[in-house]
Amino acid sequence: MLAFVIRRLGVMLVTALVLTFVVFFLTNLPPNLEKLARSEGSVRMTDAAVASWLEDHGHSGSVFYRYAEWLGAAPGWVITDEKGVTRGKCIGQRDDPAMAPKFCGVFQGNWGVSTVFKKTVLYSLGKSMAATGWLMLAVMLVMVPVALVIGVLAGMREGSRTDRVLSTFSITTSATPEYVSGVILVALLASPATGLSPLLAEWGWIAKKTLFMGTATSAMDNITFWNFGLPVATIALYGVGYIARMTRASMTEVMTQQYIRTARLKGVGFGQVVLRHALRNAMIAPFTVIMLQFPYLLNGVVIVETLFNYKGFGWMLVTAAGNNDIEMLLGASVVAVIFVLVTQLISDIGYVFLNPRIRLG
Amino acid sequence: MSNAVWDASQPILEIENLSISFFTRLREIPAVMDFSCKVMAGEAMGLVGESGCGKSTVALGVMRDLGKNGQIVAGSIKFKGRDLVKMDEEELRHLRGSEIAMIYQEPMASLNPAMKIGAQLIEVPMIHQGMARAQAWELARQIVADVRLPDPDRILNAYPHQLSGGQQQRIVIAMALMSKPALLILDEPTTALDVTVEAGIVDLVKDLGQKYGTSMLFISHNLGLIMDVCDRLCVMYSGEAVETGAVAQVFDDMRHPYTQALFRSIPLPGADKNARPLISIPGNFPLPHERPKGCNFGPRCDYFQAGRCDAGDVAMVDVPDGDRHGSRCVKWDEIDWNAAPKARVVKEKAPIGKVVLQMDDLKKYYSVSGGAFGGGHAKVVKANETLSFSAHEGETLAIVGESGCGKSTFAKVLMGLETATSGTITLFDEQVQSTPIQDRRVDTVSSVQMVFQNPFDTLNPSMTVGRQIIRALEVFHIGNSDAERTDRMLELLDLVKLPRAFAERMPRQLSGGQKQRVGIARAFAGGAKVVVADEPVSALDVSVQAAVTDLLMDIQRQNKTTLLFISHDLSIVRYLSDRVLVMYLGHVVEMGSTDQVFQPPYHPYTEALLSAVPVADTKVIRKRIVLEGDIPSAMNPPPGCPFQTRCRWKSQVAGGLCDTTMPPVQTLTGGHQIKCHLGADVLAKMDPVITFAAE
Repeated sequence: MLAFVIRRLGVMLVTALVLTFVVFFLTNLPPNLEKLARSEGSVRMTDAAVASWLEDHGHSGSVFYRYAEWLGAAPGWVITDEKGVTRGKCIGQRDDPAMAPKFCGVFQGNWGVSTVFKKTVLYSLGKSMAATGWLMLAVMLVMVPVALVIGVLAGMREGSRTDRVLSTFSITTSATPEYVSGVILVALLASPATGLSPLLAEWGWIAKKTLFMGTATSAMDNITFWNFGLPVATIALYGVGYIARMTRASMTEVMTQQYIRTARLKGVGFGQVVLRHALRNAMIAPFTVIMLQFPYLLNGVVIVETLFNYKGFGWMLVTAAGNNDIEMLLGASVVAVIFVLVTQLISDIGYVFLNPRIRLG
Repeated sequence: MSNAVWDASQPILEIENLSISFFTRLREIPAVMDFSCKVMAGEAMGLVGESGCGKSTVALGVMRDLGKNGQIVAGSIKFKGRDLVKMDEEELRHLRGSEIAMIYQEPMASLNPAMKIGAQLIEVPMIHQGMARAQAWELARQIVADVRLPDPDRILNAYPHQLSGGQQQRIVIAMALMSKPALLILDEPTTALDVTVEAGIVDLVKDLGQKYGTSMLFISHNLGLIMDVCDRLCVMYSGEAVETGAVAQVFDDMRHPYTQALFRSIPLPGADKNARPLISIPGNFPLPHERPKGCNFGPRCDYFQAGRCDAGDVAMVDVPDGDRHGSRCVKWDEIDWNAAPKARVVKEKAPIGKVVLQMDDLKKYYSVSGGAFGGGHAKVVKANETLSFSAHEGETLAIVGESGCGKSTFAKVLMGLETATSGTITLFDEQVQSTPIQDRRVDTVSSVQMVFQNPFDTLNPSMTVGRQIIRALEVFHIGNSDAERTDRMLELLDLVKLPRAFAERMPRQLSGGQKQRVGIARAFAGGAKVVVADEPVSALDVSVQAAVTDLLMDIQRQNKTTLLFISHDLSIVRYLSDRVLVMYLGHVVEMGSTDQVFQPPYHPYTEALLSAVPVADTKVIRKRIVLEGDIPSAMNPPPGCPFQTRCRWKSQVAGGLCDTTMPPVQTLTGGHQIKCHLGADVLAKMDPVITFAAE
């Protein structure tokens, strides 16, 4: 077990390095850097001025060396200009250049400064990840149990009326993208003009104008059912359909297995057949899908966070990408890569416990 | 419950005029028609027949578990006097597992892979007797010990995949016995197991049947097994019982042409490929919706008489002077049942030529890693150890052994799918041991071909039969134009005795035997000189087996092919091979001509193997030698002789030599080789396993 985890961590490290390099390379393409120079320096800079600005700010030279600098594996750039002022990647504004460390990069905990948020990348990332973390937790808590129950109920008697009703529901939700279901939910439940809210207000059942709140900004400080319900429902609906379909497929297959017949023919009642004999075997396939939902959610929140104006990871990613915030994007990619790899590691380990026949090697 | 009022002189199970149909969107498909049988207390009833004859449907009908499409359309199934057909789900649930239990064909598939053995066992008494958990666990321990499994505590805490196939089947049996049922239904319980393991299971089932007084419904396609286990049997053909009676009576004085044809198509001791070849049943099994009018067996029957046999439904009639002996044949008292079969064609023995294949000290090792998360020590699996033999032109060399003995690995190395670890394989004049198949010359590849075990998986389902054979011709660079190749393909179809029209058919339109013929045609497409037949008939029904084996023999006679016949079935090996090589755990333990191997002196393993094979002949007396335990893992072979853990002759070797030293190969008279420590005097005193009773 330990050897496996260590080996996997090694592979993860290599994967993370390769992936971050790809992101580094793409975000540091010359046009991006030129844009950065013009936005940080002056819009009306000449091409020569752009080139010298880039040189002054450590953006020239080999992309590999700059990647190593960013990582903290190579010494940060140091430039002494004609006025005798020494600046460098690792030298703060008021620091003494002589006292500054040679290396400063991701390894040393220096992830750079966001040009949009004017804060360190680590601070902004931490804040947005915390916000998204709550959103993902809520989604998972709603989505997984609902999906599994639907899938198991539909799959235990293939072709029955329950199966057809639940399958139709899950096909519909998994075929509806979030930007559609989000808009529908807002119109239905969070609009003072249409949907249920005007009716409920008329009957005096709700004091406010709308049942749910159409924005989740207030959830940044204080999560309530009414401000968090819609974003969670929007994301969960899509996933529910998808996971339920997978669970149903897995369940119907398990129900045709011979050991289910064995259980039936030894006199086990139908409920017990499903719960004791089928469930664990039917969970093996959906488990992988559920674990794959985590990385998916990290991207999936982009639309919903923007739609509901919730300042989490997705919203931050959109803002950073829209404003050529290179350091921020790099930081986000590091977090995303690690997140994906860790959830997949957990998925592989969990698989071994669910399925006693599996051996990892 | 009705147990108290149950009269033991009445039948436990009484099936009367049972008809079961499956309903599809197109039509109703009758699977079982007008089936009747009676099982008395403590009696073992055999149901025998080929695949698709409805024997498993009867079993599931008794369990009332026919799925959504299946339905009992007529008749009654009385269990202890109560009609199962009229019971509701709740009543059935009380019977299932407690009064009627079932044992299945594939033990691995019928145990829940994600539940520990103990949990699966204790469920039964907990549901039916409301037993407390601890008490049920104690009972499970006792029953596990009863089915002769070592170390019950370890077994109860194991998952199914941690046990061997034989152990799994013992667990399924234990599960069936947990609440001491009155009726046990066994559906091909040993088909998936090796013969020596099968012998142990059969012994166990018989003993337990006596110990607990359980009645049995034993379903099998293997007549020999039926004879070993059952008191009475019922032969089924195409959904109907065609003959029923006491085992000895049906075997010796059969009164139905199908039963007779079945016995003539199975290789019994005494059959010989040249002097007394098997007689296959002509034609094919009718599909359920294409059954002929009148007698279902009519179109394939030697005694068929138009106007009588196809006039109308044939009823079961009692054959007098028998014990409840019945036959579904209108002509049963007109046929001369003792007449010799007329269709027997004596064939000439093919001459055996020069050496074409020579193996010297061939070794194949694999390395595997242990541990649930990888890591652990890498282990070496010694799949083949010092394999040396030669095969001649026109010869049939049988390679016999149970699963895991390395016979398939050897075939893979020969074919070039794997390369040898050491040693040499000389094919004609070329050494091929370390040339993988993709580096072999086309003529080398086309001269060594293989016929596979399962014809259902080895044909491409989306290509016509003709196209698949032409494809093989193209690969082997045979023929200069498409027209030439098409001609050659049609000739090949003639060779395997398939109608030329089959070239346009898809594999799904063919029966198992026909598919295997296509497989044989493909193997011979490039004019193969050496053909490795890996269990070519074990997936086929007995009546088809004979035809396919004869086909192989005919082609061999014509082409002087060397046939390496890999099999676990000693009856067929005895029937068709010239020389036999017996393998155990990667070692060749015995090699010699068929007569030498099948007569004493034996290697102790060969002796056990011979005694384990059920023979469907009442005149044959078999010595019972049941091997203890399972085949050791090739990953962890025992020290010394590989067979020492199960050998009954071990005490005859002085100084514990078997535990420490690998035995040398002794060469006896006539080039008969035995890898054993036993002295010549002990070997000479060995008794034959099979003897014929005096007539």
